[in-house]
Amino acid sequence: MDVIYLSFILVLAVFLGFEIISKVPSTLHTPLMSGANAISGITVVGALVSAGADQGGIATFLGTAAVVLATINVVGGYMVTDRMLAMFKKKTPGVK
Amino acid sequence: MSGQIIINLVYIVSAGLFIYGLKMLTSPATARQGNRLSAIGMLIAIVVTLFDQGIVDYSWILFGLVVGGAIGSVAARKVEMTGMPELVALFNGSGGLASVTVAWAALYTGAVSGGTAVTIILSILIGGITFTGSLIAYGKLSETIPSKAVLFAGQRVVNGAILLSIIGAAVVFSMNPESASGSTAFWVVIGLSFILGVMVVIPIGGADMPVVISLLNSYSGLAACAAGFVLNNNILIVAGSLVGASGMILTNLMCKAMNRSLANVLFSGFGAVIQQAEAIEGEVKPVVAADAYLILEAASVVAIVPGYGMAVAQAQHAVQELAQQLEENGCEVRFAVHPVAGRMPGHMNVLLAEANVPYDQLVEMDDINPQMSGVDVAIVIGANDVVNPAALDQESSPIYGMPIIHVHEARTVIVLKRSMATGFAGLDNALFYGDNTRMLFGDAKESVMAMVAEFKG
Repeated sequence: MDVIYLSFILVLAVFLGFEIISKVPSTLHTPLMSGANAISGITVVGALVSAGADQGGIATFLGTAAVVLATINVVGGYMVTDRMLAMFKKKTPGVK
Repeated sequence: MSGQIIINLVYIVSAGLFIYGLKMLTSPATARQGNRLSAIGMLIAIVVTLFDQGIVDYSWILFGLVVGGAIGSVAARKVEMTGMPELVALFNGSGGLASVTVAWAALYTGAVSGGTAVTIILSILIGGITFTGSLIAYGKLSETIPSKAVLFAGQRVVNGAILLSIIGAAVVFSMNPESASGSTAFWVVIGLSFILGVMVVIPIGGADMPVVISLLNSYSGLAACAAGFVLNNNILIVAGSLVGASGMILTNLMCKAMNRSLANVLFSGFGAVIQQAEAIEGEVKPVVAADAYLILEAASVVAIVPGYGMAVAQAQHAVQELAQQLEENGCEVRFAVHPVAGRMPGHMNVLLAEANVPYDQLVEMDDINPQMSGVDVAIVIGANDVVNPAALDQESSPIYGMPIIHVHEARTVIVLKRSMATGFAGLDNALFYGDNTRMLFGDAKESVMAMVAEFKG
């Protein structure tokens, strides 16, 4: 049953993603990609449990590696996206 | 169990924030706020997960968060905007490897059923391809390895054999994950997934990197999705599929902008074979910066078409200055950006935004083309194939059918170019021989600065 329920979520999320993201203007496609990098760092949530569950050396090592990798994505992705988006400014009238 | 319910309720809030954050990304005015909302969603998802009852030891978690956070923040702060494609490639790669390790760790968390084994394999396969594929993409983008397409005889047969072996090993593993043969099969899957990642990206040439990087972006999301199935975790599935969808859309847009199918990009090794198009008649009319200035001074509408060459020459700040001088001269300036200009989707826009070009001056290809005949001067800076009129009228041309920016319809075209060398596609460009075209040879940055100096002087 779990698989069916999860697949249900998958299908709905994919459609929702297509709806929203196809409206993102091409001007913002690079921030969209780096922002998506950050969101895909959501694996950190799964990694945290593996790293902290104390299931023996290998599992803890792999879990910790996953926490490091996913955190790089989360922190780096959001920060660089913010840095980029801060550069997008509207024309300020009167300022030359 | 109630703790688990609270965690899942908070995940719903996170998912909502991700979705709303992406929705706000549809306009440059709200985009930054949207990104922050999304980050808040991530933060609360991480915090609430720390209360999971399965977690008994926080020392390794803390270590991982600190190390990962430090690497991520340094990378985000240090990267040059011209290096964004490389950074995104590396991020795709680390996302892929994170999914591999999460799924791998799940192997040690108790009895693995056949169903879970299948999802573990999927997660490792997609994540593994994403990881090594992204490293190769990074190498090609940063030119630490040759960016040319690498093709050899029987490439597809080899790739097919690898894929079949992966499927075979996956079946062995899923049938009996706990046995010795299952364990061997598992290693085979990991190893071959990594090899397959390399194999699928090496035949793709440097010019097609926008497609590859979008596709790998999508894979990194799908890998997170697969990891969600391994762990029965719905937030991983929601977030992963949003990323997967985003990458798919971008991949599709990039393919359309090159008028090629995804299969063609992935397998044809475009750029490795140079087809000779028919000879072009006409002569090249070179100008110097002073003459270009005279043309620009008289213009009232100017469209600037930047390409990857602008990024290579680091000319974006000089270009912005030129635009400013033109505006002070009473001229209307717009930047026409082709979807595949640069090495990743939207790359040119970021470079121009960094150089303080306001986003309302950035115009998409489909919006500028109908107005092209009203443009007095089109300045092409470091772009070639995306303004090649052969795409419109020469059926024999390999880029025939690709949408281009119709600069040849402008009254005058000034092309800034280092030499008469061909673009990525290796094609000659009739635009350079047009009656209304003037060629300004030299380094793009120096040429632009020379024109700015004329305006000032």
